[in-house]
Parts: sequence; structure tokens; C-alpha cells
Amino acid sequence: MSDEALKVSFPKRAGAALKDAFLQEALTIATTKFIELRRESFAGFPQGEALRDRARGIKEATLQRLDFYLGQLADSVERLGGRVHWAATGEEARETVLRLCRDRGVRMAVKSKSMATEEIDLNEALERAGVTPVETDLGEYIIQLAHEKPSHIIAPAIHKTKGQVAELFSKELHGQFAADPEVLTAVARKALREKFLQADMGITGANFAVAETGTVVLVTNEGNGRMVTSLPRIHVAVMGMEKVIPSMTDLMVFLAILARSATGQKLSSYTTLVRGPRQPGELEGPEEFHLILMDNGRSRQIAGTLREALYCLRCGACLNVCPVYRQIGGHAYGYTYPGPIGILLTAMLKGNASVKDLAHASSLCGACKDVCPVRIDIPRMLIELREQLDREKIAPWTERTVFTLAALILKSPALFRAAAAAGRLLQRPFLRNGRVRSLPLLFARWTATRDLPPVASKTFTERWKEMK
Amino acid sequence: MKASLMITCLGDLLFPEVGVAMVTLLRRLGVEVDFPEGQTCCGMPLFNSGYHAGAAEVAARTVRLFEASEHVVVPSGSCAWMVKTEFPGLLKHDPALRAAAERLAAKTRELSQFLVEVLRVDRIESSFKGTVTYHDSCHLLRGLGESAAARKLLKSLRGVELVELPEADQCCGFGGSFSVRLPDVSTAILDKKLANVERTGADCLVACDAGCLMQMGGGLSRRGSRVRALHLAQILAGEDKG
Repeated sequence: MSDEALKVSFPKRAGAALKDAFLQEALTIATTKFIELRRESFAGFPQGEALRDRARGIKEATLQRLDFYLGQLADSVERLGGRVHWAATGEEARETVLRLCRDRGVRMAVKSKSMATEEIDLNEALERAGVTPVETDLGEYIIQLAHEKPSHIIAPAIHKTKGQVAELFSKELHGQFAADPEVLTAVARKALREKFLQADMGITGANFAVAETGTVVLVTNEGNGRMVTSLPRIHVAVMGMEKVIPSMTDLMVFLAILARSATGQKLSSYTTLVRGPRQPGELEGPEEFHLILMDNGRSRQIAGTLREALYCLRCGACLNVCPVYRQIGGHAYGYTYPGPIGILLTAMLKGNASVKDLAHASSLCGACKDVCPVRIDIPRMLIELREQLDREKIAPWTERTVFTLAALILKSPALFRAAAAAGRLLQRPFLRNGRVRSLPLLFARWTATRDLPPVASKTFTERWKEMK
Repeated sequence: MKASLMITCLGDLLFPEVGVAMVTLLRRLGVEVDFPEGQTCCGMPLFNSGYHAGAAEVAARTVRLFEASEHVVVPSGSCAWMVKTEFPGLLKHDPALRAAAERLAAKTRELSQFLVEVLRVDRIESSFKGTVTYHDSCHLLRGLGESAAARKLLKSLRGVELVELPEADQCCGFGGSFSVRLPDVSTAILDKKLANVERTGADCLVACDAGCLMQMGGGLSRRGSRVRALHLAQILAGEDKG
């Protein structure tokens, strides 16, 4: 999201999302569907639970020796004739792509869906440099036409209804198209086919990269990833460095649970394995292959609070089940990665100050942890993040004062009793039929929409004396 | 058998009738109930918002209060979760306290779990009559892995019909301070929950957590619903005993 949009506070952005009827409709339909599909998929897959444990173990072990596996990956890729570029920051990753475009006269780049390139605002940078980026994943294509950002990790246009897409296509692609997914897909397919043939460069992310073999793995449902990596003369893959895994055997473990978690499929329609540029004797594939290994704040967290967030497979399951995400959608979060995992990734990439409000955009219900294929303990990390905000004095002083007072009261039964007595007295003017229906100040945030039970005329502690 | 009641802050101040119902019920089942005095709160509001030094102090005094107890019974799944999973970690810097916290964790149960796991109750006699639906509180369901105990007890009641709540496992939107930090989002989540509750046609919405009951009960009474939000203990004891 632009800096301009971020000037509106998170609660206001969330409030606007709640009032957007189209968004509400689209979100409810899509997330409910995703939840059902995932549940059915794992219900018929008894070995799934053990595979989730194993996948978590692989991520953990790989992080322990990340430098080794990255070195091995780089060697493997270069042995195949590919080039590896190390990028300490998003800026460096972006510059590497731009330099390749400049040096090789690239005018148009087709892209397969990639959150890593969203993370570094690559499209905007390409446009400024005179290179036309074309998103070829249907969802990404829709939001590119609408000049928006993805609002879900795997379903970037989840916030749009089919009616809105029909309207958008009719306007941007000059025609009159029905709000029928099949018709709209055919329209996009035709428009994109030409771009694939014109493009000089294909840009992808990577779901996994296998250290032993130098294989970059793309998991897609539209086959566009395969076209992006085989038709243009140059293929550039941009990946966060935590995406490396040791072996092809490990890959099988992840593939068995990734699509099930994301869309409820056993496997996605296409699993594309890319190994370097076209080899002598091969009929297709790019002349050049470049792999950009991006740090951008990740290595700092290997021994940090957010370590487990580096296990993330980007399946989006935690978004679908999150009661907050389901209400406000992805854009309200304000950054590249939305939802519960997105809050952690935003803190990782942009620093703690950027999640001052977002860290509290969770009821800590734990649904995210439950569905995460690698069992990332998101609620725990959110609590730890909140603890840091308090310690680093990023949390507002008013809040810190309230909680310091609360701690004093909860530590002392005498003060606790006094607070109860004060509450009983102060609530009197606001009581209606035994319920507190409106309160001033901070309490109004509750009573605007909900009644509150009054502080009892006799607390349990007082009633116990009669019950002994 | 002896058991100590951990009433929790919300139970003490806002829902004393739940505590009374618990005592009535437990005594009827032959449990000798005691109530260590000087209780305040488990410290979860401090902990969840990141104020861990304060939470640790509150935890330490709670651990000491219940040192002599044989069993500890809690009306809220979230507070039981706090005691069972977070107290030992919060007190890890003091080995003696940590050990005491681990002993407390082991002997603490949320009410429905206490009834089914410890007392091995499989049917209950209660004067309560009506159609009820059950909301799975997040910390009881996902934190403590319990979804069966309360349902089993409710089904055992002669005058009660249990209707399953659609999306029973979804959060009610309370989330402690979340409910006032983002009141609009919290209420939107609540509205979905209450629409599901009303769809069941039940007279009564049952939960095992004072936080959820405050949220859902507050929403029901604000919209003038005929559905009442009650704690499991109130149903099992017969609500007039509250």
C-alpha cells in the first residue's frame, strides 16, 4: 500500500473495510470455501498430521544450517549454468533485476505470481525503468489492471466479486463481458497469450528451492508459471532466502501438505521444477537463468523472536480462518503480507514500529496456529511482539499507564476490592434494567454495541462468606 | 474429594452467580469445595497485551494462593489455559516458583474437564429445561484441546436438547483488550456468531468462559434477543441455584 494510504490509521482502514458490502460478500464466500476445502482435504488424509510435523522439523533443521544450504543451492544452480545473486536488502534485489533488464535490453517482462516481488514493489520499479511488467496469474492480472495490490497471499483478487471483475475487464480490455468466470478467464487468456510471446524476461518467485539439485519449484494452478519460465529468453527467480530446502525427498513432504492447506487440492494443477537455463540438446527453456537470494530482514530473525515465521510456506490458510482477516480483508492491514502471519512478516521486514497497531489485530483465537501446515505458533509470537512494543516504548504511553495501573490492582486484593467498590458506585447512573447500556470514555468502546453486566452488588468473594 | 475454586476476575466481579452455581454443583457431586481468599485475576489481560513483568507478579501470587490445594477448578477455559500453559514460563527465573507453577498447572482444570476427567461424571441431574446450543471458547477448544466434555454433560440432561451451533468453533470476537482496541471488528465478528446462534432456535447459549459470555451475552441483550447466554455451571446446577 502507498505511504499515502498508510496515513489513515489501521482502525479507520479496518472500519472502512467493514462498511464495504462488496468486500464483505467476496470475503465471506471465498474464505468459507477455502476453509471447507482444506478441512475435507485433510479429513481424507490421515498421514497429514505426521507430515505436518515432519515439514516443521525440516524447516527447523534447515534454518539451523541456513548458510550451508544456501551455499549448496548457489553451487548447484551455478553448476547448471545459472547465475546466483545475493541481495541483502529489497533495494539490492530490485536493482539486480533492473540491471539485468538494462544490460539485456528487456522491454517487457511477464510475471508469475510472486509475493517476494510484491514485497520489493518490483512492478513499480520496472515501470519507472521503462520495462512493462505483465502479471500472468489471473488474480494478479486482475489487480494489475485495477492498479491495486494483492489482498491475499494466494488469491490476490479475493476482495473482488465476479461482477466487479467483469466491469473491470469490460473497461480495460474494451468489450462487453458477462460476469461469468469462464468467459472472463478466456478473455484474460487471450490477452495474455500475446504478452508471453512478446516478453524478453520471465520473472517468478519460488515456493521452494532444493539445495542438493538447484531446483526452483513453482506451485501454480494456471500453468502460467510454466510459460513464464520457458518462453522468454531470460528467467529471473526472486526468492526469500528461507525458501531453501535440503533435498527432493523434503520437497515431497512439503508438496503433500502445501496445496491441501492452501486450496484443499492434493496437488496444485501444475508443479513446475526448473533447473537452470536450457541445456545443450534441450528444446525449450530460457537462455539465461538468474536466482536472486534475498535477505531483506530475514537473517536478523533467525535467532530472533520471529524465527518461526521463517517456516512460512505462504499457503494463506491462516488468513482464511482468521476472524479478523475474514472481516476486513487484506488491504486494511496496509502492507504486502496480510493476515496473522502477515503481521509477523511485516514486523520482520519493516520493523516493530510498523506493527504498533497491527500487533493487536488478533483476538488470539488460535485458529491460525491450528491450520498452519508447519504449525507456526502465531498467537505466541504476536504476544511476544506486543511485549517488545511495550519494552521498546513503541506502545503509547497512555496504554502503558493503564496496564501499569491494572497490574498494581491485580497484585493487591485490597486494591482489587476497592476498584470493585468504585465500579459499583460509578456505574449507578448508567444502569438500565440491571444492565450497563452506555458508559463514557474508554468504556464507550464496549457499550457502543454491547451491554455490560454491572459489577455485582455482592462479589463472589462476598457471597462465599454466606456459603461456607 | 477436595477442590479449590479459582473464581477469576470476571467471575468474581461480574458473574458471581456462576461461582455460586459451581459450588452448588460440586457439592451436590460430593466435592468438598474451598475458596482461597485474596484471589484477583490470572493475569491474562496483562500477559496478552505484552505486560509480562506485571503478569509474572500476578501469576506468582496466584501460585502461592493455591499451593495447598488438591485440585483447582476454573470457570473459564482461557484462565485455565493461562495457568496451565503460561504460568511456568512466566516464572522460569525462580526455580522454586516455577516448580510450584508446574504443580499448579498439573492440578488445574476448567470446569467441564474437571467434571469429566477428574470426577468421571457422565450424567447430571438438573432442573434446567430448554433447548441449548454450545459455543466452543477458543482457549478451551484450541488451547486445551477440549470440545467433548461440555457437550457430553449437556446431552446427559433429561430436560435439555442440545442443538449444534453452526461454526461453533469460530471466535466470538472477544479477545480481551481486542474487544475495545478494535470494537468495530470485534462487533462484526460477534454479529456473525449471534446470527448463527439465532439460526439454531435455541433458548439458551452455553459457554465455558466468562469472557465469551460477557461478549455474546452483551450482544444478545443489546439486540433484545430472547436467547440468554449462560455458563455451563448454571445449566448443570439448575439456573435458579445461581
